[in-house]
Amino acid sequence: MTARLSSSLLAAAIGLLAGAAAIAIGGGDPITAYTALAEGAMGSAYGWSEVAVKACPLVISGLAVALAFRAGLWNIGAEGQLVAGALVAVCFATNCPQLPTALGVSLTLLAAVCGGALVAAIAALLKLRRGVDEVIGTIMLNFIVLGIVGYLVHGPMMEASGNYPQSEALPGFTRLPRLFQGMRIHAGSFAVVALVPLCAWGLYRSRFGYVVRAVGANPVATELAGFSVGRYLLATFTASGALAGLAGGMEVASVTYRMYENFSPGYGYTAIAVALLGRLDPWGVLLAGLLFGILEAGSMSMQRVAGVSAVIVSLIQGCVIFALAAIEYSRAESSS
Amino acid sequence: MTIETAGAIAVAAVAMATPLLYAAIGELISEKSGIVNIGLEGFLLLGAFSAFAVSHASGSNLAAIAVALACGAVCGLGFAYLVVVRRGNQIVVGTGLNLFAVGLTGMLYRAQFGVTGSALSVPPTASIRVPLLADLPILGRALFDQTALGYLCLILVPLTAFLLRRSRTGLHLRMAGENPRAAAIQGVDVRRVRIAAVTACGTLCAAGGAFLAVDYTHTFVEGMSAGRGFIALAIVIVGRRHPLGVLVAALFFGFATALQFHFQALAFDIPFQFFLILPYAATLAVLAINAGDSNAPAALGRD
Repeated sequence: MTARLSSSLLAAAIGLLAGAAAIAIGGGDPITAYTALAEGAMGSAYGWSEVAVKACPLVISGLAVALAFRAGLWNIGAEGQLVAGALVAVCFATNCPQLPTALGVSLTLLAAVCGGALVAAIAALLKLRRGVDEVIGTIMLNFIVLGIVGYLVHGPMMEASGNYPQSEALPGFTRLPRLFQGMRIHAGSFAVVALVPLCAWGLYRSRFGYVVRAVGANPVATELAGFSVGRYLLATFTASGALAGLAGGMEVASVTYRMYENFSPGYGYTAIAVALLGRLDPWGVLLAGLLFGILEAGSMSMQRVAGVSAVIVSLIQGCVIFALAAIEYSRAESSS
Repeated sequence: MTIETAGAIAVAAVAMATPLLYAAIGELISEKSGIVNIGLEGFLLLGAFSAFAVSHASGSNLAAIAVALACGAVCGLGFAYLVVVRRGNQIVVGTGLNLFAVGLTGMLYRAQFGVTGSALSVPPTASIRVPLLADLPILGRALFDQTALGYLCLILVPLTAFLLRRSRTGLHLRMAGENPRAAAIQGVDVRRVRIAAVTACGTLCAAGGAFLAVDYTHTFVEGMSAGRGFIALAIVIVGRRHPLGVLVAALFFGFATALQFHFQALAFDIPFQFFLILPYAATLAVLAINAGDSNAPAALGRD
């Protein structure tokens, strides 16, 4: 546990250092930039609210990726599943008759869960029935989903006023309530805080989680022990997609309220960094999601104050992944 | 459709296919050695940015292409270090590289060139016109009036075929990908072969990126690789991991992209997103019909 924590901290430090080096190479001042970032994200209540807003989709889709990776499934498709979730949620919410808010929001999020699960199930069935590698399958599905969104928001789903290629706004009764006046932090944050221990329980204490971890560690032995590995892989992949879909649904029901192209700024790919930095552990994912949430939320004020492009956060994420790949995976392989 | 339109579509198709083909040939070489590189998108972007930056600073596109190739080789070596030497997971490192490249190129672009609104342009690379052949109808201009990188790309196809099937290096490469243990017993330095293959992949991808920036669009836009690295992954599969198959698949997808631009002019009623989805859907269809990637090297993505 401490070894895992220390290598995560080391990887995060390496990522931040690499970011500082890149800022210096680009002619900026790393200290000014990082100070502005920290101030922006953590210097005010508004900043913390933005951290929560950014962390919500990252933690949920990070949990999605972590669950799949635990079973040995390389789900690179959280991005597509997240967008599909948001798409189905919007389809439902904009066509739904007036309902009480609690019911409207729940059904909208349920629609999102179904959308994400559906896309993941396609990848799972392609793998199990037709032997299609899930890495390729999920990457292809990501782009297919993006293409479908592009078509829909330019055509059948475009808002009636026809000004922009975007959907109608979600009606009020399908929106997650915001918690404070003038801030974007929303009720979904509670759901995330509840989801983490639930996932931890599911993974470590339930029978399902036990088998999932067994499948990831040794599928042949698990099959010999009498479990249907295929069925567990299908269920895990679908659950992973359901979580990613929930992340998308929550984003659309609480932040954007609309569907459009580039709806997700790559949450599903950042989720891979979140899951790995969190060591595929739900509590670790929460911490990693918070860290990246701070980076994402603070990066805009860094751009404003220090003139360093917010896109530097992607570089930091990439370097965190490199560091983890170099530290931990080599350690795991040498010990096995 | 007039001959001029057909010729224009052919020119666009070959130009769209060139970066795809560079990346796909690179991936083919890497995969034959047993290493999956899903970071093609990142390599393309790094190549495009370095070529653009050097061309903008020096005015020489030759220097730009040289630096882009060097940059691709260095990043390829870095990738090889992580996956071959440190034995990091190939999918994880590839994902990391894509994020890294988006961040690095985006940050440096804005630091160096600011956010001006209008795109900066660099001088176009001179094309080399083959007399007579370039005057052939339809395909003449597409094939025989290209830049040096354009010709080189087409020459790479038979070259790679020869390298893989007929040369000793190619044999070692395929041994490393099919059965690294047996290869090691035969005296093949599997690690060295794989490092060389991944470095070649990075270099070729960067050439594709350089073509995109200085030969084709004469500019740089953040994220301009626009999914081409992932289409190249698809091309390797649809082309059944054969250089000729890869060429055909790259030209087909290049053609589909070129058609997308001309379809509005030709007033066909097919949404252009159909063409965006086509390569990805075709790949899933090919994999599903063939019951998976049966001709993948046996040790692909493993130890």
